Amino acid sequence: MVAIFLLLPLLAVVPISFTPARFLSMPRGSWSLVHYRELVDNPDWGASVLLSLRIGVLSSLLATVLATLFALGIWMTQPRMTALLVGFVLLPMVVPPIVSAMTLYFLLTGLSQLAPLLGYDTWPGVVLAHVVMIAPFAVLLILVALAGVDRRIDLAARGCGATVTQRALRVILPNIRFGVLMAALLSFVLSWEEIGVTLFITSVNAITLPRLMWMGVHDNVDPAIAAVSVVLIAITTLVLIGRMMFQRSDT
Amino acid sequence: MRPRIPAVTGLLLTAPLLALLLLAYALPFLGVVRWSVTLPQPGWSQYARLFTDPLALSVLVRTFRICSLVTVSAIAAAYAIAYVWVRGTPPQRRLAELCILIPFWISVLTRAFGWLALLSSRGLVNTWLQQLGILSEPLTLVRNEFGVIVGMTHFLIPFAVFPIASAMRAVDGRVLLAARGLGASPRRIFWRIFVPMTLPGIIGAALIVFVFALGFFITPAILGGGHSVMVAELVYLHMFQSPDWGLGAAISVMLVAVVGVLMALLWRFARPAALRASR
Repeated sequence: MVAIFLLLPLLAVVPISFTPARFLSMPRGSWSLVHYRELVDNPDWGASVLLSLRIGVLSSLLATVLATLFALGIWMTQPRMTALLVGFVLLPMVVPPIVSAMTLYFLLTGLSQLAPLLGYDTWPGVVLAHVVMIAPFAVLLILVALAGVDRRIDLAARGCGATVTQRALRVILPNIRFGVLMAALLSFVLSWEEIGVTLFITSVNAITLPRLMWMGVHDNVDPAIAAVSVVLIAITTLVLIGRMMFQRSDT
Repeated sequence: MRPRIPAVTGLLLTAPLLALLLLAYALPFLGVVRWSVTLPQPGWSQYARLFTDPLALSVLVRTFRICSLVTVSAIAAAYAIAYVWVRGTPPQRRLAELCILIPFWISVLTRAFGWLALLSSRGLVNTWLQQLGILSEPLTLVRNEFGVIVGMTHFLIPFAVFPIASAMRAVDGRVLLAARGLGASPRRIFWRIFVPMTLPGIIGAALIVFVFALGFFITPAILGGGHSVMVAELVYLHMFQSPDWGLGAAISVMLVAVVGVLMALLWRFARPAALRASR
């Protein structure tokens, strides 16, 4: 029953997306692809997908690099304030998103006056905000990956005279490459679907895909959203089922 | 041998992210705190308003009520599906995993829209019920508290499943076998042995769900349709519709304080459980 509850809303959008009407309704008798056409014909959708991809890739790269450096630093030196430092870095993940949104709104409206290119309602500004929001998740995944690394191999490398850079790049990183990859992937997905903060820091110029969907859901209920949702759900489901098959053939 | 050099390098490695979060997160938050005591005029008046303004007060009460209901229903549902995920037959487990992970990876917007498609006056449920002749007028299932609770419960179930499932995995199957050997009925084994053994996971999951629900914004905004405003949406309204940044900031600061207390509780209760589970 819970399974049905979990999947029902995802299945419900499928018939809605084929309605010929211009408002949210069930198709009665006639099915139509008009809302899928809309996705192709209206340049707004394509533009927002490209923008979301660009922001997602860039913020994921930045967040993963910063998080990897941070986690390596913590792991290699184990400073006394480890708990404090990690706790501080994880803050944006724990603080309610609405508060983070207000905080980043404060930051970006302030930046607008100093550096207009990075401020409110610009795509680099969105990247900055997304990096802040997703870096904690990347840090968490990489720290988990590092927890599985045997410290003795690092000690051995040090004993053999490896420099810090060599230890990091040639010994530790290869051991956590899967964790880093997962962190980058998760970061991308989180940025790709981020809406809470994006809603606060954009208005008309930097319209990401979730931002455009928000306008379609909140301001007027547009069945084109159903078509987008069906596409997104199909991609997610295929990836997950694919991963499951892959894992099964693996073991 | 050379302990100092790696220590310095290590700190250098952590510096970029720490600097970014300090400049782009901690400092602006202090700015928000300043808003809360300076807008529109210096003083604590905004905090006083939080507890005297009838609108703000009713929103606080509603938030607390909705979050509690959502926590209870999400935990119950999560416990059921986590049980199948951990202790079911292999095909059941795979099905449960898909049911948990697919919604988990899908954006909050899509999921809220799905409920809109299902529950709105021209949605699936009302269309079917009318075609079957059970209803003549569509039921109001969204744009009220019911819709918000359903949507939030749906969103938060996967987050509750993970801590509960890890507590369930840590349960030693031999204990259950021993109980059966001693003649306990399946129901008794479940309620007297299995549930108490997974209690730390339940508490951890409940705190996580409650904290997430408090800061929730997108789902109530879409499914509540302005009729059941929760704290987070109130902040949004004060930021963008009736510019009252001071009050919005004061609510944010208070939210952080509440979440801080709950997280401290989580640390206290759930961390030992996690440590036990990893052993």
